[in-house]
Amino acid sequence: MFNTKDGFLEATVRGCVGGFLRTEDYSNLQQCETVEDIKLYLTSTDYGSLLQNEASPTHPSLIVRCCLKKIVQDFSFFDLVKAAEPLSTFLQYLKYGYMIDNIVLMVTGAMHEREVTELLDKCHPLGMFDSIASLGAVSNLRELHRIVLVDTPISAYFGECFRDENLDEVNIEILRNSLYKAYLKDFFRLSQMLGGLTAEVMKEILCFEADRRAVNITINSIGTELSRDDRQKLFSDFGHMHPEGQRDLALCRDFEQVVSVIVNSTYQNILQKSTSEEMNIDKVFYETEVMKCSSMFAQQFHYGIFYAYLKLREQEVRNLMWLSECIAQDQKYRIVDGVISIF
Amino acid sequence: MVLVKGITSGFLTRETYLIIGSVFTISNLLLVLSFSKTTNNDKLIDWEYLGLIFRRINPYLWSAIGISCAIGLSVVGAAWGIFITGSSLAGAAIKAPRITSKNLISIIFCEAVAIYGVIVAIILQTKVEFAPRMPDGSYSDRSMFSGYAILASGITVGLANLVCGICVGTVGSSCALSDAQNPALFVKILVIEIFGSALGLFGVIVGIIISGNVAFKNPADA
Repeated sequence: MFNTKDGFLEATVRGCVGGFLRTEDYSNLQQCETVEDIKLYLTSTDYGSLLQNEASPTHPSLIVRCCLKKIVQDFSFFDLVKAAEPLSTFLQYLKYGYMIDNIVLMVTGAMHEREVTELLDKCHPLGMFDSIASLGAVSNLRELHRIVLVDTPISAYFGECFRDENLDEVNIEILRNSLYKAYLKDFFRLSQMLGGLTAEVMKEILCFEADRRAVNITINSIGTELSRDDRQKLFSDFGHMHPEGQRDLALCRDFEQVVSVIVNSTYQNILQKSTSEEMNIDKVFYETEVMKCSSMFAQQFHYGIFYAYLKLREQEVRNLMWLSECIAQDQKYRIVDGVISIF
Repeated sequence: MVLVKGITSGFLTRETYLIIGSVFTISNLLLVLSFSKTTNNDKLIDWEYLGLIFRRINPYLWSAIGISCAIGLSVVGAAWGIFITGSSLAGAAIKAPRITSKNLISIIFCEAVAIYGVIVAIILQTKVEFAPRMPDGSYSDRSMFSGYAILASGITVGLANLVCGICVGTVGSSCALSDAQNPALFVKILVIEIFGSALGLFGVIVGIIISGNVAFKNPADA
């Protein structure tokens, strides 16, 4: 019965997946000498229609912006065909993560007294909402909630982190992470409510996401005044590392300890290959995410592929950004470090 | 509802005990009553008389139910298959328009399921003919047999085609999706689909065999 409502969109998103850059494309792109070459190469791919009208001095940020436009284009198509009820909520939930990022970006930018228009340019287009421009004017959390966010779906996530403090660097990070925690929890609840295959695949990927955030929070908070309890409070209350791994993470005091906690958890096999050299936890996690997301496409009749599609596109944008930056700055030998081919 | 909630929540509430208890009591009472004898040595429930009701049902009713099952369930199966395949095909064709004409085959496979149903319904319908009642108002054993045979045949064909249609439809939708990604896969999945659609044919064959001996009138009388 899945297909009555959602078969069309599912097939469409699968069609979009066919447009991802493949391993051959990446190895060809690595041969490019200038950013202009990259642009030329990309015109022959799915990005062609978006790139060809751009004026000539190409800048890496232009390529990235085009890629983002591509995501928005695909996504607005999903909106256009009017997804039926449970799916439309699911798609909305996918946007909330970007909204949170945008809010944080705006608030941080405003703190450093940047231009609002410049900041708006940097926001992720999927996370836009009406009142976002007024974010620059707020000075504390209560105001932020009352003036700007009350109309957005994010406001529900504010409940627990509702304090009267002024905004500063640390507070904003805490805000971001506690918002994200509430968001993940809500998303998890939604996907479990949908049941069936969706619940199964989304559980896997959201647990992974929760774990990754926990690790990131730990790494970022090492050496700051964030207390252990506060740190633990930011961890999601589900995930493969919940609760033992998270308790251990909360106690970590340096990077080696974090690695050893991860090795002791379910993620030991993904870390094994990279522990020997100077490794980059971020990259390992990204690689795993790509792997998990592409394996989602092996199953049919579930909503997970929309999530996977978005995450893979995100990775592609990261790849292209890294690639074009490397080429623009003439550091081609570093390309391999940052690019994770998807298929 | 309360029963299900009580059992799934892991412990039995007071309402649950009440419901389980009353269901037990009532069913026990019925059992005892039905086998106990009343004063003049009659059973309270006369099973033989109850069976008579079934035996007295007109064989033409049975054959009508059988025929409508054959065509109705087949069409449900075919429609189910077509909407599964069709929606996926339409979506996948946006990015890969070349797949449409090839994958119409999947739709045709689903359609075939409905055609099986139509064929069997027509065959069964031609076997139904008027047979006079016996002098006591009942129908002859031959007529009764024919009615039951057509019922069985129709249900067999209908159910077989229902699940066959779902099967072909699901495989067909995967076929469209994978063809869009990699054209080499089309023929391989088509083979799976052909085997899936053979299932419906088994039902048709068995249904025709079941109804093979149907004759409402005694051939000797004709």
